[in-house]
Amino acid sequence: MMESESLKDKKLQRILMGNEAMARGLIEAGVTLAASYPGTPASEILQAVPGFARETGVALHAEWSVNEKVAFETALANSMSGRRSAVSMKQVGLNVASDPFMRSAYLGVKGGLVVIAADDPGPHSSQTEQDSRFFAMFAKIPVLDPSSPREAKSMVGQALRVSEKYEIPVMLRPTTRVCHARQNVPLFRPQNLERPARFEKNPGRWCATPQYLRELHRLLNKKIADMAAEEEFFPILTPGDDTFPGVCIIASGVALAHTWDLLEEMDLLRRLDLYQVTMPYPLHRDFISHIKSRYQKVLVLEETYPVIELQLVLDQVQGRINRAVPGEGELTPEVIRRVLEGFLNLPAAAAPTLPGGEATRPTLCAGCAHRAAFYAIRETFPEDIFPSDIGCYTLGLNLGAVDTCHCMGAGISQAAGFYHTYAAAAEKVPAIVATIGDSTFFHAGIPALINAVLHGARIMVVILDNSTTAMTGHQPTPEQGMTAAGGQAHPVHIADLVKACGVGFLKEADPYDIPGFVSLLKEADAYCRGENGGVAVLIAKHFCILDREARKSQEILEMCVTEDCTGCRHCLDEFECPALSLDEATYQVVIDRARCIGCGVCVHVCPAGAITASPKKEQ
Amino acid sequence: MKQQIIVSGLGGQGALTITRVLAEAAAALDLEVLTSETHGMAQRGGTVISMIKVGPFRGPLIPPGGADVGLFLALKNLAVHRSYLKADAAVFVNSPVPGDFQNIDAQGLARELGAAVAANLILLGYAAGKQALFCDPELLEQVIREKTPERFREMNLKAFQQGMASAK
Repeated sequence: MMESESLKDKKLQRILMGNEAMARGLIEAGVTLAASYPGTPASEILQAVPGFARETGVALHAEWSVNEKVAFETALANSMSGRRSAVSMKQVGLNVASDPFMRSAYLGVKGGLVVIAADDPGPHSSQTEQDSRFFAMFAKIPVLDPSSPREAKSMVGQALRVSEKYEIPVMLRPTTRVCHARQNVPLFRPQNLERPARFEKNPGRWCATPQYLRELHRLLNKKIADMAAEEEFFPILTPGDDTFPGVCIIASGVALAHTWDLLEEMDLLRRLDLYQVTMPYPLHRDFISHIKSRYQKVLVLEETYPVIELQLVLDQVQGRINRAVPGEGELTPEVIRRVLEGFLNLPAAAAPTLPGGEATRPTLCAGCAHRAAFYAIRETFPEDIFPSDIGCYTLGLNLGAVDTCHCMGAGISQAAGFYHTYAAAAEKVPAIVATIGDSTFFHAGIPALINAVLHGARIMVVILDNSTTAMTGHQPTPEQGMTAAGGQAHPVHIADLVKACGVGFLKEADPYDIPGFVSLLKEADAYCRGENGGVAVLIAKHFCILDREARKSQEILEMCVTEDCTGCRHCLDEFECPALSLDEATYQVVIDRARCIGCGVCVHVCPAGAITASPKKEQ
Repeated sequence: MKQQIIVSGLGGQGALTITRVLAEAAAALDLEVLTSETHGMAQRGGTVISMIKVGPFRGPLIPPGGADVGLFLALKNLAVHRSYLKADAAVFVNSPVPGDFQNIDAQGLARELGAAVAANLILLGYAAGKQALFCDPELLEQVIREKTPERFREMNLKAFQQGMASAK
């Protein structure tokens, strides 16, 4: 029975999400600058930093940078000045930051720099399931691979310590299952390193020209070789008994955690040797010969690419390369169980019944202004080309208004590319309407827009401006002029940027007014095709419907479906508002009162005029 | 003490809130706890699942056939996530229609309370009232009282208590 004491009186541990645990780790390790660009599964790291700083009285600079490259370079300067720094991002964010990342291995750091690159095996919410540990290996940067939120937190401190010892950035590579797991995690008091900001000039290093790089490369190779001899990174052995002589499993990250639980469930824990690799690159120098001399049969379990496996290069190793482990997809417990049964020649457990039902696909929220914008685009241009981008609005593909989704900012460049394709082929050029979110526009849309203007692409760009980075948890965009900690910053306006890019047609409108937005699209199309036509930009402006404060200013209409509903399904199939569904009995559309927010947009959608809106009566 | 619980629902139904309340309760009992949740695009109304593992586990995922308790906020998810349950698992479903599980019309009750979004805590209260969880209902109530942001506190407590009362 629960004693009457308050839960707040409990000792210093807290249930933290993996991302929050890493944020706490940054504060405890004395980091003074943390930068990030939001992206699942990494967003909550920087999000949690200001809160932990406030509650522990730590002063630091935390920022949502405009993209990952900028975040990396900002944090790097802090490290070059002798202070501890952190940059966090999702795995594809590291692609964006790859330029400064690669060179930082050569030039190194002074104050510790931890690069948190969160991978997404599966993938659950990403455009690839690439393995950032490979990126670390490519860059010759050491990487730590945590198996739980608790371990991720303690590895933050370890990474910064090692980073300073070797003057090299250290990557911490959690995966979705670590980032978004929650665990009770111990809390410690932040270290106060009392380091002044001191940038010491050293042109041979900080602006190393090619003549210096060969030497810097030699130094880098030595750092990696020395790190590979560090005792603290020799894989951790949980020894077995003699049940499986000459057999071992090597695992890292959350695959180790799953394997642990499975072996326990199968009554095999401590029956065979199990190694946890905490630093997959560089793999400990002596580990390879250690494995070679002791084991005849070795299984490697790691996500998502064979990073440890490729360094082991031994005939007795089984894993991704010989297909003992599937070459793609997340290593969930059910996948690992099959692998273990095969590896240890065990009878297969009864296969679990596979999921029978169909998962419900995600959709834009009821009342989302993106839906209105997409509907208007589709109605205006039924047969045309719609390149798009990364964000909530990728869900416009449900509405047939998103044809491509590649990587941040690609929608605008692809739109221009499509235009040049059709124009160069001397074919009839379709209307090309790119959609891009406000945050994505700041991140990578601007160079693409300049390029499209420069090269005379006759395209329409609809910037879906909902005044937030919605998909990843509502981080501010530069337009809001708000810091990561909620303070005042200098706003930068999308319209100003568009004009400065040389765009000749710019209009801003609320897409809730579908007829008005349709006529703007037609106007934009006419501009594109006109004598001096070029890029036309429409800013579709309406706040994100999940913003509670902004919602207060929006009228709530009483929506009604009249007897005139013919059950034609147009509103269901072409508009797909989750508050609308078909009553199978009456074959008429019904409104789910719990989900409808009374935005009134669907009035414009019904061909029979059977959806009506009236001012809500006071309750 | 070891218990594995799944919470299945649609994005926006509050599966994460249930998950957090259960995790805090485990920590209050000095038990080890690991949870796993769905983030990103699926949260926009898609199928979501959370897992809670109480006791000495190391991984956050529950294998198929491993869950002791299933809390389903949407009846249609039963077909999708039933495979995670043990054969003798305690299964609670937000549904006005009975079936081979323990049902409670959490959505209907929530509407009556004037708190349509609190169906999640009605379902949790119901499962707690049926003594299916690793902890007493009183502890969960205390967690909700102390950890819920103030603007939802009253409503969440009312919903939880309504669920518990329905279990009697």
